[in-house]
Amino acid sequence: MSSKKDPELPVQPKSGFSRRGFIRGVGIGSGVLGTTGLLPKEAAAAPGAAVVGPGPVAMTLTINGKPVNLTAEPRVTLLDAMRNYLDLTGAKRVCDRGTCGACTVLINGKSVYSCTTLAIDAQGKKIETIEGLPVNNPVSAAFVNHDGQQCGYCTPGFVMAAHGFLREHPNPTEADVEHGLCGNLCRCGTYMGVRKAVVEAAKGMKGGSNG
Amino acid sequence: MANTPDYSWPPEDKRKVIGTSPQRLDGPQKSSGRAKYSSDMNPKGMLFGLYLTSPYAYARLKSIDTGEAERSPGVRAVHVAAKAGTEMPWQGFEIAAVAADTEEQARDAVRKIKVEYEVLPHLVKDDDLAKAGTRARQGGETVTGDPDQAMKDAEVVSEGQYGFAVVTHCCLEPHGQVVQWVPGNDPSGANDHVTVWPSTQNVSGYAGSLGTNIKVPATNIKVRMDYIGGGFGSKFTPDAWGVVGANLSKQAGGRPVKLYLERSTELMIAGNRPSAYGKITVAGKKDGTITAWTYQGWGSGGFTPVPPPDQPYIFTRVPNSRRNRTGIALNGGSQRAWRAPGNQAASFLTCCAIEDFAHKAGKDPLEVFKLNAQYAPEARVDTYRFQLDKAAELAEWKTLWHPRGEGGGGTVKRGMGIGVAAWNGLGHASQCRAVINTDGSVSIEIDSQDLGTGTKTIITQVAAETFGLALNQVKLVIGNNDLPPDGGSGGSTTVGGVSTSTRKATVNALDKLFAAVAPDLGATPDQLEAVDAHIRVKGSPNKSLTWVAACRKLTSSISEMGTYNGRQQDTAGLATGGAAGAQIADVSVDTETGIVKMNRYVAVQDCGMVINPRLAESQVYGAVIMGISTALFEERIMDQETGKYLNPDMEFYKLAGIADIGNIVVHMDIRPENDKRGVIGLGEPPAVPICAAVSNAVANAIGVRVPQIPLTPDRVLAALERRNA
Amino acid sequence: MQAFEYANPNTLQEATGLLGAQWGDAGVLAGGTDLLSLMKENLHTPKRVVNIKNIKELEGIHRSGGGLRIGALVTIDELAKSHEAPRSLVEAAEYIPSPQIRHMGTVGGDLCQRPRCWYYRQGMGLLAMKDGKSLVPGGENRYHAIFGEGPAYFVSASSLGPALVTLGARVKLVSAKGSREVPVASFFVAPADENSRETVLRPDEILTEIIVPNTTMKTATYEVRQKEALDWPLAAASVALTMSGNKVTAAKVVLGHVAPTPHVATAAEEALKGQSVTEATAESAGKAAVEGARPLSQNAYKVTLAKVAVKRALLGAVKA
Repeated sequence: MSSKKDPELPVQPKSGFSRRGFIRGVGIGSGVLGTTGLLPKEAAAAPGAAVVGPGPVAMTLTINGKPVNLTAEPRVTLLDAMRNYLDLTGAKRVCDRGTCGACTVLINGKSVYSCTTLAIDAQGKKIETIEGLPVNNPVSAAFVNHDGQQCGYCTPGFVMAAHGFLREHPNPTEADVEHGLCGNLCRCGTYMGVRKAVVEAAKGMKGGSNG
Repeated sequence: MANTPDYSWPPEDKRKVIGTSPQRLDGPQKSSGRAKYSSDMNPKGMLFGLYLTSPYAYARLKSIDTGEAERSPGVRAVHVAAKAGTEMPWQGFEIAAVAADTEEQARDAVRKIKVEYEVLPHLVKDDDLAKAGTRARQGGETVTGDPDQAMKDAEVVSEGQYGFAVVTHCCLEPHGQVVQWVPGNDPSGANDHVTVWPSTQNVSGYAGSLGTNIKVPATNIKVRMDYIGGGFGSKFTPDAWGVVGANLSKQAGGRPVKLYLERSTELMIAGNRPSAYGKITVAGKKDGTITAWTYQGWGSGGFTPVPPPDQPYIFTRVPNSRRNRTGIALNGGSQRAWRAPGNQAASFLTCCAIEDFAHKAGKDPLEVFKLNAQYAPEARVDTYRFQLDKAAELAEWKTLWHPRGEGGGGTVKRGMGIGVAAWNGLGHASQCRAVINTDGSVSIEIDSQDLGTGTKTIITQVAAETFGLALNQVKLVIGNNDLPPDGGSGGSTTVGGVSTSTRKATVNALDKLFAAVAPDLGATPDQLEAVDAHIRVKGSPNKSLTWVAACRKLTSSISEMGTYNGRQQDTAGLATGGAAGAQIADVSVDTETGIVKMNRYVAVQDCGMVINPRLAESQVYGAVIMGISTALFEERIMDQETGKYLNPDMEFYKLAGIADIGNIVVHMDIRPENDKRGVIGLGEPPAVPICAAVSNAVANAIGVRVPQIPLTPDRVLAALERRNA
Repeated sequence: MQAFEYANPNTLQEATGLLGAQWGDAGVLAGGTDLLSLMKENLHTPKRVVNIKNIKELEGIHRSGGGLRIGALVTIDELAKSHEAPRSLVEAAEYIPSPQIRHMGTVGGDLCQRPRCWYYRQGMGLLAMKDGKSLVPGGENRYHAIFGEGPAYFVSASSLGPALVTLGARVKLVSAKGSREVPVASFFVAPADENSRETVLRPDEILTEIIVPNTTMKTATYEVRQKEALDWPLAAASVALTMSGNKVTAAKVVLGHVAPTPHVATAAEEALKGQSVTEATAESAGKAAVEGARPLSQNAYKVTLAKVAVKRALLGAVKA
């Protein structure tokens, strides 16, 4: 990690919680919700708005149809929760900023970047990862058939993005695939195979289970 | 077996597995997310490591205080890599690392390390040689023939300046490793044991290098790697992070530590391709024959000045030339090898200059390239001419090419351009063990690695060919330094190395099997052949044993080595070096926006005998796509005022996406004269000429050279403006 | 990313009650595509993150009084597929690159995201000031503003902003103390100093919805972007034309990604009045749109691109 704090250059003032602000806040807030909270609960903590963290929190994620429990801080992304806490390593951490797609999973059926989703925020949603697909699911198999992978590090993300895409576009052309999978990047240069693979996978999925 | 076995490849018509295109064997594991890369390893008790790196382009470390970090919750180890006084000549320089129970705790701890810096004057830009001052290091002048006289005598003289930005490998799996260093009871380290799961292109060389650095015998270091998420030349050594990771583990009492670079650090310090700029004058005759070449080149590959590649590329026998090259010491991370190092820039400079010369001479560049192929290495002259014609045919050059600037009436102009490549690609030294067990099972053991090139599949195909077995009857083990050593996978040396050692090992093993079963078949060993899972007498197919039945006759397993020392004369004709390659880009340029779109890209490539045409084709696709990305999008952008790397991310360090590459046509030049040369590596050569071909195509489309890649809208529009001015 | 506490309110009232008076107090989480990146870079280190995604009243696109109310939580994907929304808005949403971003990102987030200026993102401050001077004019400014006189040289990152301005849309901003409606045109501001922001949103407020008045105008958006996807526009234009027959009686032309705010091209709007939209008048309007542009050392090309974007948006708007 490279610190972005550069002592010689002005940085955006950290307008966060000065001690003075904290004391003032406490003065006007009710502060009833928990003692670990960092912020005053100015609105007298309307019911249901429980504040958790910043320390580890027990969470339950529904991954591939099964509830999975873990305890992690609210700042843990879904990607890190999977990779670091649950040993689900199919989704990869590459850019870690929602610009490469290697971490793609489906949430409630839609492709999303798990590096830019908080695990705690993914509770109660249907999370689908590559581990939930059979090895021979039509999309993965088509990637093999058309050699749409080389080092393979981007591939699980592509496969999940393709699954999400095909649910909405069951009869894509290669041009549709280009548009539909443009949220994923590959460094080895496998796009030629990927285009063909996704078109073929669509055909293979007709009328059958799409994994 | 008194005689040297016959290792040669079977003739084309006898091959059963070689030359076919089975799917890559690890494909299902990768595409289903089951493949475990080193960065996916989570051994029990693993800690998370994280670096603190320098925020400055150039600074001296005045002091470092890790006290608070050490006391931070969950922290098990803190390692200081840069002590007080260390000069840190680039942003991202490694200062210290922590290992903690969770990654979150590691992040918190790193923020608590207090560092004081003395900021030193930096230089981070190299496009203008005049501004390099004392950072420029002249590489001297080379003169061939009489360039001055040749220039005077020339009928056509063309001048140009061309630039090639610093680009970064941006491997998707960042550099790093999981490592566990369990200290022993001997202070010398003799009883220490290290297990490391690195992301490396050199499994067999890793332990020796790490061991030297951490003073643990390589014999006590286990290296394991099943999959690697990209390397491209940047992952040959354990690197500083291998050593730091190991130290963190030891300090933490032997708990494994995962230490991978963050993306920003990856782009800053884990390698780049140096820049290259050149002022080039090409002189010659009206018919397009080049007679003289002058070159003033400069560029930078980091703080150690490295001059740009020499000129001209491939056409090295131009009779008269004067070349000056200057390296610039920049405050940026160091260059690393990357897929034909030096060749992309060299090809770019040369092919752009030739295209400009052809335009000046009023000639079709295809003809000018072919004409001047006379200056290529003698053995390749005809190959280049053949490949240029083949590429032209596939690209419909005769129909679609037009003189420069006549790319159609609308605002979108179409153009075509040529680039050529050369690479050696002779196999590296490699050892392989082939084991035939008494139950008929077969294993091939070789400490190599598959970078995604298909090495696993290739080795298995070679073994299956020799043994007359199906692919699934051969078990392959690689990526484990207990196995016979192979070389690092770089320079397109892997396929030649592993195919040669595997062929030798399997032939040796098969000869043993033949010797064992020959009496049962009433024949001599040299009368036997292995075909379709049978050992049979040549010419008498009914005199045969099934493979399993034959193996059951063995009293013990056969274990044979195949050894190849990496020298051409010892390949037994199985491998060689020296590939050519010709490519043509077909682009459309929106002259209102300066946006370049790829229409079609044709790559004609030879690589000797092709073991798996589908994987070979994939290699060429990949090389071309990577090149298109460089030609159009990629650029390390530095701010001279602050010295900052402004785009160490995948948002503004732009990579080509699936919709940016157009259609790619690959033609493998597998004419018999190439096939008989044996195996030649393929990773590099097709990656060489793309920037040249695309830049030439854009010049052809819009009628003016865009001097610098990447060919971004600002540069294309600026060139158009100059043309119209 | 630094530690924070997390709240998951179900009502707007709860949510606004969890915000603080300072920016560092709380971060509002919707799609998270920008917030998480800012937090990972430690550019934003809120002590609390308030997830607003469970607040039902922030969802959905509703017809209302002849216009539309677009909830802040409507995703870019939903907007791109909307049959209700004006074409320029749909097109602007469709341009937002990558399905994943469209699935995650929300319309509220599009308006509230921070600039992508690389000086800012690399920790040199929103205005990239050094020794009282911005680093941008003499630095790496190929993607920066071509309008304005500083000290802000970043470009507004919003993709929907220009279209919303042409449509005369308003945003509703709600705090624990009450709510206010602000025209999108005045929601974006060019900050004058490092302590100011690029929108009028206050730290204790949540942008809850966008109110788009009914329109019969012909609208379109055109974006110039080098890569097909995962790339930011170099220039964009949204237009909205009130037509009488084939003549323009009133025009709204707003440029995106060329200034710290969506840039209203008044001269282009004037130039179009009484004209029919042809290649020639669109070209002239494009030229008028970039009058007064003050490109920096590396970004004169963006003037050309802005001109082209206006021309192409206009031609798109009148195309059946």
